[in-house]
Amino acid sequence: MLYRLRLSIRYDFARPTGAGRQLLRISPADLPGVQEVQQTSITITPPPVERSRFTDFFGTEVTQLVLPAGLTQIRFDMAGRVLRLADETELDLSASLDRLPQDLDDITDLGPHSPHHFLRASPRIPLLAPIADFARKACADAATVREAVEALGRALHAHMRFDADATEVDTPIAQAFAGRHGVCQDFSQIMISGLRGIGVPAAYVSGFLRTVPPPGKPRLEGADAMHAWVRAWTGAEAGWCEYDPTNACFVAADHVTIGYGRDYSDVAPVTGSMRLAGSQSGSHSVDILAED
Amino acid sequence: MAGGPAPAMRRSRTAGYRPLPGVPDEMIAPDGTIRPLWRRMVAHLDALSDDDLTRDLSRADRHLLDSGVFYRQYGGGESVERPWPLSHIPVLLAEEEWSRISRALRQRADLLEAVMADLYGPNELVASGRLPAALVAGNPEWLRPLVGVRPRGGHFLHFLAFELGRGPDGEWWVLADRTQAPSGAGYALENRVATARAFSEFYPDENVHRLAGFFRDFRDALQGQARDTDSRIAILTPGPMNETYFEHAYIARYLGFALLEGDDLGVAGDRLMVRTVQGMRQVDVLWRRLDAHYADPLELNPASRIGTPGMVAALRAGSVTMVNCLGSGVLETRALMAFLPQLAPELVRAPLAMPNIATWWCGDPSARAAVRASPRRMVLADALTTRLPFDPKDDLTRAVGLPADVLDRRLAEGGGDLVAQEAVTLSTTPALVEGRLVPRPMTLRVYLARTADGWAVMPGGFARIGTGDDVSAIAMQEGGAAADVWVVSPCPVPAITMARQATAAEKRLVPGGLPARAADNLFWLGRYAERAEGVVRLMRAYHTRLAESGKAGGPLLAGFDPLFRQMGIDPAQAIPQRLLDNLAAAIGSASSVRDRFSPDAWSALHDIDRTARAMAPRVAPGDDAARALSRLLRKLAGISGLVHENMYRFVGWRFLTIGRLHERAMGTAALLAVLCDPAAPEGALDLAIEVGDSVLTHRRRFSFSASRGTVIDLLALDPLNPRALRHQIDSLREQVDMLPAANDHGALSPLAREVLRLHAKLATTDPDSLTTDALWQLRGRIAALSDLLTASYLS
Repeated sequence: MLYRLRLSIRYDFARPTGAGRQLLRISPADLPGVQEVQQTSITITPPPVERSRFTDFFGTEVTQLVLPAGLTQIRFDMAGRVLRLADETELDLSASLDRLPQDLDDITDLGPHSPHHFLRASPRIPLLAPIADFARKACADAATVREAVEALGRALHAHMRFDADATEVDTPIAQAFAGRHGVCQDFSQIMISGLRGIGVPAAYVSGFLRTVPPPGKPRLEGADAMHAWVRAWTGAEAGWCEYDPTNACFVAADHVTIGYGRDYSDVAPVTGSMRLAGSQSGSHSVDILAED
Repeated sequence: MAGGPAPAMRRSRTAGYRPLPGVPDEMIAPDGTIRPLWRRMVAHLDALSDDDLTRDLSRADRHLLDSGVFYRQYGGGESVERPWPLSHIPVLLAEEEWSRISRALRQRADLLEAVMADLYGPNELVASGRLPAALVAGNPEWLRPLVGVRPRGGHFLHFLAFELGRGPDGEWWVLADRTQAPSGAGYALENRVATARAFSEFYPDENVHRLAGFFRDFRDALQGQARDTDSRIAILTPGPMNETYFEHAYIARYLGFALLEGDDLGVAGDRLMVRTVQGMRQVDVLWRRLDAHYADPLELNPASRIGTPGMVAALRAGSVTMVNCLGSGVLETRALMAFLPQLAPELVRAPLAMPNIATWWCGDPSARAAVRASPRRMVLADALTTRLPFDPKDDLTRAVGLPADVLDRRLAEGGGDLVAQEAVTLSTTPALVEGRLVPRPMTLRVYLARTADGWAVMPGGFARIGTGDDVSAIAMQEGGAAADVWVVSPCPVPAITMARQATAAEKRLVPGGLPARAADNLFWLGRYAERAEGVVRLMRAYHTRLAESGKAGGPLLAGFDPLFRQMGIDPAQAIPQRLLDNLAAAIGSASSVRDRFSPDAWSALHDIDRTARAMAPRVAPGDDAARALSRLLRKLAGISGLVHENMYRFVGWRFLTIGRLHERAMGTAALLAVLCDPAAPEGALDLAIEVGDSVLTHRRRFSFSASRGTVIDLLALDPLNPRALRHQIDSLREQVDMLPAANDHGALSPLAREVLRLHAKLATTDPDSLTTDALWQLRGRIAALSDLLTASYLS
């Protein structure tokens, strides 16, 4: 599926802000065999004082900026064209939950895709007993890790209500889980905490979801904003699989990936002092249109 | 003694000294004799009477008190400054033994450098299965943004400390590696100074290796890392609230490096810059005393308010040398000690010359079996902890205390999260308790610094001395004292100064730019100190009048009211809260610039504060208060003397002076506006002369009694009267003109221009034109100088 992407993030400040460094993680990732970036560009208005790029530990492209002082408004626009290849895996080659620790022990790799990074608590995802208990219950009948991923994803989807106004970007997962509501970020981080709680390495994926569903399919939740989902490691043979708990589905051709991390903090679209600056308002919009 | 019985032969201070069974003692050999190394020390102690010994030791305590040596202790939700707990008897170690310790620690330092280079580089140790992946990937001190970053100059580690203990067989063990931002080297120096004072008749001839050479070599090494003579070397501190801030300021002053906080720094063009009063200046060597997580909110802990956004980018670009590179905290991971012995032969081509405590990472089945087999010997802790093994905050469990099934379950369920260490015992060393020597457990902290010739080892360090006689290492959690460590040579040791060696002589030490924050603190220190003096002068005049006229008061006392309101003083308080607040604020400002402030002035400031606080509840209005305030005034004058007579005229001194002049100018303008107002009560003019400290001058210049004209002339317009408004403005003009970019070949900065206008105004006016309104207006214009100064230099 070929997509045309458009992302626009805007901040308005009540008072002019001081000069600041920012990191942007808003470009689609080039993932051989899964996702090919044909074209991408980021426009910053007004233009920054400094601008450079680097690739972070997990392979995400980062745009590094120094913004001028005295801004009352800033806009980041990303436009791109991405070919997303559908992952047609139907066959479940994943390990059993009992077998997983052994498979993990055999991995002696600390590269960006090593499951070892995603097993412990991370800055935004504590391992919480109620969530682990929920996961254990949901996965009681799962014979394989992939089944467990699906079972937990479905259980969470049934347990939680999508509510764009119930949580903020900084709401702790314990609170979202107790309130049984949230957005894709909450669904994903809670699911990750549950998976890690039962010993399954799980990563956070930041990306986009196509805006207009394929003919005859319902419009998915979260399509008008940036999206997030879960990547779980299912054993040495099957490797990673991706699941979207907000929509209770395995990820296929409707999702476009920006990058991976242990949680939101590793792949936040905008990082920097701007978020600390006095009163401000922000908005962002996303358009992902299929071209063929 | 006359008439009394002849004193019995005094018992040796070692009498009754009993080493613990099976525990080596530093002073007493296994056969019960005093070790040769200690004999002279014991003889010296025995030769002193109790009184003489007390007097000698109190010299050390006085030194520590006078120098303001303290550390900050957190607990129960508040933090308090504690005096440094010195155990006066140094630990003596023979040079030959020290050489062996040094050799072993240099090897260990090289090993840690190699492990660090691998963990942030190719990661072959994990890939080849020699280090478990979980130990690294799950480690909060392994900082992913630093993976792949090559340190400028090629080395990750530059300054390390090792915590050592002596085991039952008399051999040394490494208890912990300190690689993040080791503290205590400055305390070691202060311990030495204090202990040398206590043993001033003994120490100089004892062939004790001096510490200065170590610091000089490290300073020269850091200067060797600097790009050119114009670049800057700085120490990064978390700030005055940090538990070892005293030490950061102390080392900065000792080595002549700038002391910076995260906020002083910024990153531009991937270079680390310090905001100075002369603009942004590059820093290219940074000695960090800040834990890595806090260093960069952009790429590390986003909640940090004490970091510098972009610090990681500067490292990535290779524009700054950092001591030690961010991420070095991972080497402190306790479970890593389980693997270092196996890694040594390969990474440093030799087995460890000094073992570390036997350690088992319980993620390994054979390690779990070892713990189950002999729980009696084991202490369990979080595998990834980086705390010292005797940190009171450490959550330790003696395995033997756990029921077998609980131990089994903990090992089975969370083996990878646990580390087991042998429950080691320590050696004892003498400490003085009520005039007698008693054996106390000790650990040793030793410092290594990288120089052009490899690792240099500080010949000494400091010893922690336990409070009781429990020699198990974890009993050190109870706290204790610190002792100096003397490395004793069989022959005389060279005297060492901090003066640079000839080879590096061409590298001039550049004073560096004054950080804007430091300038701000100095400016406010000047203001608060002057404001405090203003309050004292006014209150003294008030209480003198009160003593003369009695409680009846009269219109003159009421005439003070506008000034009290202006200054926020409650006249019911003999020592007004306002004064205490100003002193506290002055101390607050001074505490942030301790690297630039003389220790004498610092002590004097604390002395005034203590005195004023002690007076506040006791002093009665009237004569009593007047005398108390006179005492405070003399003390304040003492500080001015210490600062203004002794402080080098760096640009920092200018900001302090400008603060003082600025505040005094405002105070004088307000004083004259109120007391020289035609409606002011009778006697107000005399009062103005008195508060303006110009009684004698007025008598000399004018043969008649005070009139509005003479007072305004003397206190506002006279350029020769150091208390006059005119004098403040003239001096301000002089100082402001010398600030960076104030007067660029006649092109004046807005601040310099406004000061010049004020000068012209005062130089051309006459007493009649300086009406009350004109004085208030002047005061307003003077107050506004603060904003101009802040805009140009302090933000």
